[in-house]
Amino acid sequence: MKLRKLAVAASIAAIGFSAALTAPAAYAAEDQFFPVLAYRTGAYAPNGAPWANGFVDYMKLTNARGGVNGVKMIWEECETAYATDRGVECYERLKGKHGGATAVQPLSTGITFALTEKAPVDKIPVITAGYGRSESQNGAVFGWNFPLVGTYWSGADVLVQHIAKKEGGFDKLKGKKITLVYHDSPYGKEPIALLQERAKMHGFNLSLLPVAHPGVEQKATWLQIRQNKPDYVFLWGWGVMNSTAIKEAQATGYPREKMYGVWWSGAEPDVKDVGDGAKGYNALAMQHGAEPNAKVVKEVLEKLHAKGQGTGPKEEVGQVLYMRGLISAMVQTEAVRVAQGRYGKGKHITGEQMRWGLENLNLDQKALDGLGFAGVMRPVHTTCIDHMGSGFARVHTWDGKKWNFSSDWYEADQKVLRPMVMLASGKYAEEKKITPRTPEDCKK
Amino acid sequence: MFYRENGQFKTSYKSDQQIFPIPQDRWAILAIIAIAFFVIPLMVDEYLFRAILIPFLILSLAALGVNILVGYCGQITLGAGAFMAVGAYAAYNFLIRVSGMPALGAILLGGFTAAAVGIVFGIPSLRVRGLYLAVATLAAQFFWDWAFLRVKWFTNDASSGSVSVADIDVFGWIVNTPTDKYLFCLGILVIFSLMAKNLVRGNMGRQWMAIRDMDVAATVIGIRPLYAKLTAFAVSSFYLGVAGALWGMINLGSWEPAAFSIDRSFQLLFMVIIGGMGAIAGSFFGAAFIVILPIFLNQILPVIGGLFGLEVSIALVSHVEIMIFGALIVFFLIVEPHGIARLWSTGREKLRLWPFPH
Repeated sequence: MKLRKLAVAASIAAIGFSAALTAPAAYAAEDQFFPVLAYRTGAYAPNGAPWANGFVDYMKLTNARGGVNGVKMIWEECETAYATDRGVECYERLKGKHGGATAVQPLSTGITFALTEKAPVDKIPVITAGYGRSESQNGAVFGWNFPLVGTYWSGADVLVQHIAKKEGGFDKLKGKKITLVYHDSPYGKEPIALLQERAKMHGFNLSLLPVAHPGVEQKATWLQIRQNKPDYVFLWGWGVMNSTAIKEAQATGYPREKMYGVWWSGAEPDVKDVGDGAKGYNALAMQHGAEPNAKVVKEVLEKLHAKGQGTGPKEEVGQVLYMRGLISAMVQTEAVRVAQGRYGKGKHITGEQMRWGLENLNLDQKALDGLGFAGVMRPVHTTCIDHMGSGFARVHTWDGKKWNFSSDWYEADQKVLRPMVMLASGKYAEEKKITPRTPEDCKK
Repeated sequence: MFYRENGQFKTSYKSDQQIFPIPQDRWAILAIIAIAFFVIPLMVDEYLFRAILIPFLILSLAALGVNILVGYCGQITLGAGAFMAVGAYAAYNFLIRVSGMPALGAILLGGFTAAAVGIVFGIPSLRVRGLYLAVATLAAQFFWDWAFLRVKWFTNDASSGSVSVADIDVFGWIVNTPTDKYLFCLGILVIFSLMAKNLVRGNMGRQWMAIRDMDVAATVIGIRPLYAKLTAFAVSSFYLGVAGALWGMINLGSWEPAAFSIDRSFQLLFMVIIGGMGAIAGSFFGAAFIVILPIFLNQILPVIGGLFGLEVSIALVSHVEIMIFGALIVFFLIVEPHGIARLWSTGREKLRLWPFPH
């Protein structure tokens, strides 16, 4: 009888399922657990996979170095496919495992928005190195969000500064036409507020061209660009949208030298398929670019990949997105170290203690050199109020084979950013009925 | 043996016409509701609440709304996500723009706004039918997707188009823990399911079904298609609007238009088709199938791999998950084209003879 078979199959599956849920996990009580929300499938997989590989490799490297004062890193991956609801499900699934998640890095602005609501309840910091909501830089309101090293507003600000420098001063921007081609999602829309502010300040014309998910349909967008002939095109894409944009630029004859991508639009998967067609294309480097010569990269190759313990292909080590994963894992590992300094060396720390660590991160040049990040990034110094820590960025250019730096360091102008951050986070606090933390609260 | 109504005699019309005329059914349903209210909150952990049960309850409510329109009135719609979005954003705007607005009031007003919008977008149903209507309702989907992305007023000028609400307060009950949220959604779902069941049994539901089965014949016996179709659109959109408001305010807390994209519309339509068109229970089966099964597969596959000593990567898991899920949809549609609800009622028929079939 068909029904009976179905019922039997269902009950067997249910037993297996409950066994899976109750399966005991072997871990030491002081191990530090980090959920890894990765995406190795879907339209964004080419960019998501190298990040996840770098992220996991750094945790492996930390363990190979002997852990943080002897405390080992443990992690578990969960596939989100860049979908918000799956990401939230993954977070819920992993947050309580192995003694509780220490911090979470969703690598998706959409998932970040959803987790921002849950972080204060669960007391798990959300680290969004180089993405997430820009106003979460204000730690007084966003107590659990850490857009370390850069936000979209700081990135957009640096891009405008770079253009101004090329043109010979901010006053030369007057009347220039800048077009933003963006992924039509919270991610792509983040920079708009800042660019509009800068457009008002310097009198350039900003036009906005949204591209629908996943971004393979851009013919109409580039037709408009051909008609308008903007002086510069800013690209705020992710995944397959980036390479499509560069191909369309090639097809419409828009000079790649005048295209500037954000740091998520400037990695090897975006330009490799286009090859020579992408020559001259520029993108922001979120502090780091491709760093095949960094000390830490050599260490990863030697300690992990040489022994067959590396994650992902060996060629990827040192590439842009791999490095971003590496840095994202590095800042969180260092925060664990800072927190241990206060709450007990060699001990397991909770999410709340981790937050203290993240708020008191002080990675100076010496510390970075010691970790093998010399020349890769600049010092990061966070406080309870400033959760970003550093607003530096450079521009790098694709020469057809590799990324080369083509500018000096810039720093986002806090005079422009700060009022916007305060305004936006104030509005959020009002909506959510949050009382901002005072400096006294921070000392706790 | 136990599921048999021999010897049960109805002595009044009232007892013959109640929702569950067979006492066994009645007790079973009451027991399920009692377990859902009193036992589950004690037993279940936070993960099950937040990742499975709350989405299941809210999407069941939405599927109920789609089922009223598609299953009972026969009007195929692909705009379900749009009506959810209208409900969510309307509730949000009522909540932040009207001072002293109670959260429950905002959610219901979101539902009424969605109902009004549903009537407007239901007007084409008076002229076009079937697949053409499905295409016409797509217009609603695209229009509202566009509106919530582009019109800043709807999102209170949020820089990225994402809005968020504080914990909601229902007559002094702050709904913030997963258990509270679960109970709140469950309460609303029970009330709305009861309403839906009674609607489809009554005058209005019979008009809808008459229109669905043959609209010319329905007109001949005196049913006004205008009234029947537009009420179906209004009631369905009301359910969807309330579900959308719950999805945004209870399940997500902060959301963007992408939460109610065309994918959501398809998902809801599939729930109704797989669960069973024209059956209230079908909405629940469909929602369970679509919400729970992928997550279940995602977690069980590495374990099965582990039994055979295989290390399964998460990329492989999600590929296999999609394949099995697709195969199961095809399997269910072949085994029972009328949906899981029909499978369920066949099962019940068989149970009446068990253990001594002829």
